Amino acid sequence: MALLALWGLLGLAGLLRPRNIGLVARTLFPLGALCGVTLAVVAAVSLAAVPERAVLPIGLPDLPVHLRLYTLSRFFLFLLGSASAGISVFAAGYFRRGEGTVPGLMCLQYHLFLASMGLVLLADDAYTFMVAWETMALSSYFLVTTQHGIPEIRRAGFLYLLMAHIGAIAILLAFGVMQGGSWQFTFDAMRSAHLAPSWAAAAFLLALLGFGAKAGLVPMHVWLPEAHPAAPSPVSALMSGVMLKTAVYGVLRVVFDLLGQSQWWWGLVPLALGLFSAIYGVVFAAVQTDMKRLLAYSSIENIGIIFTALGLAIVFHGVGMPSLEALALIALLYHSLNHAFIKSLLFLGTGAVLHSTGERNLGRLGGLIHRMPWVAWLTLVGTLAMAGLPPLNGFVSEWLLLQSFLFAQEVPRAFVNMLLPMGAAIVALAAALAGYVMVKFFGVIFLGQPREPALAHAHDAGGLERIGLAWLALGCFALGLLPSHVIGALRLVSAQLSGHTLPSPAAPWWLLVPLPDRQASYSALVFFVAIVTVVLVTILAVGYFYHRRVRRAAPWDCGFARLDARMQDTAEGFGQPIRNIFQSFFAIERELPTPFDRKPRYRIAVADRIWSVLYEPLGPLVQKVANTFAWLQQGRIATYLLYSFMTLVVLLALVL
Amino acid sequence: MTLMEILTQVLEVIAALAAAPLFLGWVNQCRAWLQNRSAPSLWLPYRGIRKLFHKDAVIAESASPLFRIAPYIVFGAMAVAAAIIPSMGTRLPLTTAADAIALVGLLATARVFMSLAAMDVGTAFGTLGARREMMVGFLAEPALLMVIFVASLISATTALPAITEHLATQAPALYPSLAFTAIAFTMVLLAENARIPIDNPATHLELTMIHEAMLLEYSARHLALMEWAAALKLFNYACIGFALFIPWGVSTGADSPAALLASIPLLAVKLAMAGAGLALIETVSAKLRVFRVPEFLTAAFLLAVLGLLVHLLLRA
Repeated sequence: MALLALWGLLGLAGLLRPRNIGLVARTLFPLGALCGVTLAVVAAVSLAAVPERAVLPIGLPDLPVHLRLYTLSRFFLFLLGSASAGISVFAAGYFRRGEGTVPGLMCLQYHLFLASMGLVLLADDAYTFMVAWETMALSSYFLVTTQHGIPEIRRAGFLYLLMAHIGAIAILLAFGVMQGGSWQFTFDAMRSAHLAPSWAAAAFLLALLGFGAKAGLVPMHVWLPEAHPAAPSPVSALMSGVMLKTAVYGVLRVVFDLLGQSQWWWGLVPLALGLFSAIYGVVFAAVQTDMKRLLAYSSIENIGIIFTALGLAIVFHGVGMPSLEALALIALLYHSLNHAFIKSLLFLGTGAVLHSTGERNLGRLGGLIHRMPWVAWLTLVGTLAMAGLPPLNGFVSEWLLLQSFLFAQEVPRAFVNMLLPMGAAIVALAAALAGYVMVKFFGVIFLGQPREPALAHAHDAGGLERIGLAWLALGCFALGLLPSHVIGALRLVSAQLSGHTLPSPAAPWWLLVPLPDRQASYSALVFFVAIVTVVLVTILAVGYFYHRRVRRAAPWDCGFARLDARMQDTAEGFGQPIRNIFQSFFAIERELPTPFDRKPRYRIAVADRIWSVLYEPLGPLVQKVANTFAWLQQGRIATYLLYSFMTLVVLLALVL
Repeated sequence: MTLMEILTQVLEVIAALAAAPLFLGWVNQCRAWLQNRSAPSLWLPYRGIRKLFHKDAVIAESASPLFRIAPYIVFGAMAVAAAIIPSMGTRLPLTTAADAIALVGLLATARVFMSLAAMDVGTAFGTLGARREMMVGFLAEPALLMVIFVASLISATTALPAITEHLATQAPALYPSLAFTAIAFTMVLLAENARIPIDNPATHLELTMIHEAMLLEYSARHLALMEWAAALKLFNYACIGFALFIPWGVSTGADSPAALLASIPLLAVKLAMAGAGLALIETVSAKLRVFRVPEFLTAAFLLAVLGLLVHLLLRA
């Protein structure tokens, strides 16, 4: 708690000398990173400790701030601390020049954002939760609109703020339902409230809507691909890597802690939405041409996978299959942690590219592995992890999720137990598509030849940025290679959350055996060592038996001599098979050249169909409703005072 | 982990490394016979690899270190995959470390590295090949996973040797679900190994090639490793097919050198038949246009899903 306050103080310290970049960037951000590391260590060490409570007498009279620190909060605080440490170090090197907002103010917003995320995880009553939640939304809004001079960024920020508030209203209503007539808004009171099943279902759906809007679940995802590219890269990393997870925390807290009851069929809602989001996100990611939008859509995919695991956990909980429930929950938590590290790493990688080239458009990048080897190789780690390849971390959580899907056929509900393994097919498809997306992402940015002459002047990231990237890449390796240690810790979280946990394994420490009665095991370490050994032996053997001679020459390319960078596949070209196969997902607008064009132009625009189907009709609808009530708005103060007076009279009549 | 198990493990990897080019040579020979051509020697793939190892490597000026390391990674991944697949015995020490899902992940790792290496030089054909390879991959990989899921639902495990042991030791039964998945698996095998009707291993016609387009910039030892890895991949896929659909004859006991020895000629017979079958399929079918490839692979995916559904409906 003290650490969160320290974050706040660091932010305020930035205000003291707002224009001094040296002080703000070189001192305050690394200090913030240090706070993050300390927070992660403290949270990890005390993961199993008894819950701590605190009641702080601040705020309105009779409404003190209730805080509670328990295992689930500690896990998410660990995620917040460890991921933000890398991001803060990177940010220290990143904010070199003033961009839009003055650095001091930005430092305040940034650290306030971190502190409010921490407070969300600690809050133990609805008021504190909502205040922290709104602080989080507002501080991130200001961060998104750092470059507020650009109209598109202002628009993206507004859309984000709008969606954040629609979500917040839903969460507020969910809390209102959950207090169950006791009018006590502490979480303790909600835990002891007995809700009718229909009200509980309403609260669940409202919470899913509210937190889903924050997490970017389809169809509430529209703000993500707008806001992430608009924000500076460290902020995108923080929003995508960490902030989306606070929404996951919120859902877990409501479903497994506050509501205290659930029906198995509730799980089908997040399951269906999650599977749809996973496919939708990854398909859209494959056709993007802006690298940050691509990553934003990939975040939607990963949130989809997390919510799929949530749905499975609820179903298993409802039908009384505790060990599978624990498996699904652990897959969920593991994937949240993985995604925090991987996506932060990738967003920071795009940040380094953006800084050095000024380009976000994939069509104008290429060949950066030669100019920026540090960024390229560290980003490659994130790329492979995001593609779900062993032995990195992305694979472990997908493996766990697939395992829990495979045993879902034992669910004692006919029909459902047949549909559930089908979900595994969709997860497998999404995972394979993620590989496609990641090859496109890495290949087009870092490999090949530079598509613009300006790229020849690209420079590698600075020292602090490298440390930030390396920290996150190291996290990807550690989480991937030591899964049984991570699961050992997650087991505590799932025990606290659902009362059930996986039986502790009899297997050696390097072997991951989630369920001892099934024959399924995985050991990343052995796997990794085996591959590295074979590769090294091959390299040595080839060198020993033959030779190592290498000659450099022009590319062969079937003998074509006048090769230039324009002949490489573009981002649009790489997305073409996906556009063809998943045609019905997109609203595609094509502009094709005719043979008679003097200056042939080929343009293709891919739009989100949900935007036109769901959101665009909403605008006129709201306008229409507003018009019907327009006569109320007279524009005279006296009238409004009259309204207030009448409202008061009516309220008094109701109360007395 | 007994000595016998370690011996089985080592034997499997060495056999795979040694026999993979031979298997490729056998397929080529059968194909030549069926097409009324005079057949090349069985040992031609070995000679090709040896020749390439002796040559000087020519690397494009714009290639990065990724381009040079990729052949080793691809080859290493295929060798480790050969260690996981129970081609002769099911008691393999390495298989506790990696189950069938990890195997699919390993094959995907090889594919991703190969595609990245193809994009590295920045030629038109390289990127085109990478894109097509990833397109084939993202449709074939889930289909392969579904095939494996059906087998693992039948035997309640995802460890490949345990699946083989379960299927091999119980009384022979007819699994309708496995029939569907066997067709799906064959289609995946054709696609993943760049065989007709998806890709033609003998072509260098620019507009149709997939696998070869990715290897255009490679030469000498790097090319040799890539070609050896491709042969290993075909061998591995054949062995996955045996492990899932014709598991009989694999040594399932813990310590029986006799069973292990007996499994070797059986594996040879299975490979010979599979090679002939592959050559037959390649001879009677025509290459599909690239636009039709997604349809072919979607059909494979749906067949596998159908197999899953049949299993869940009939519990068989």
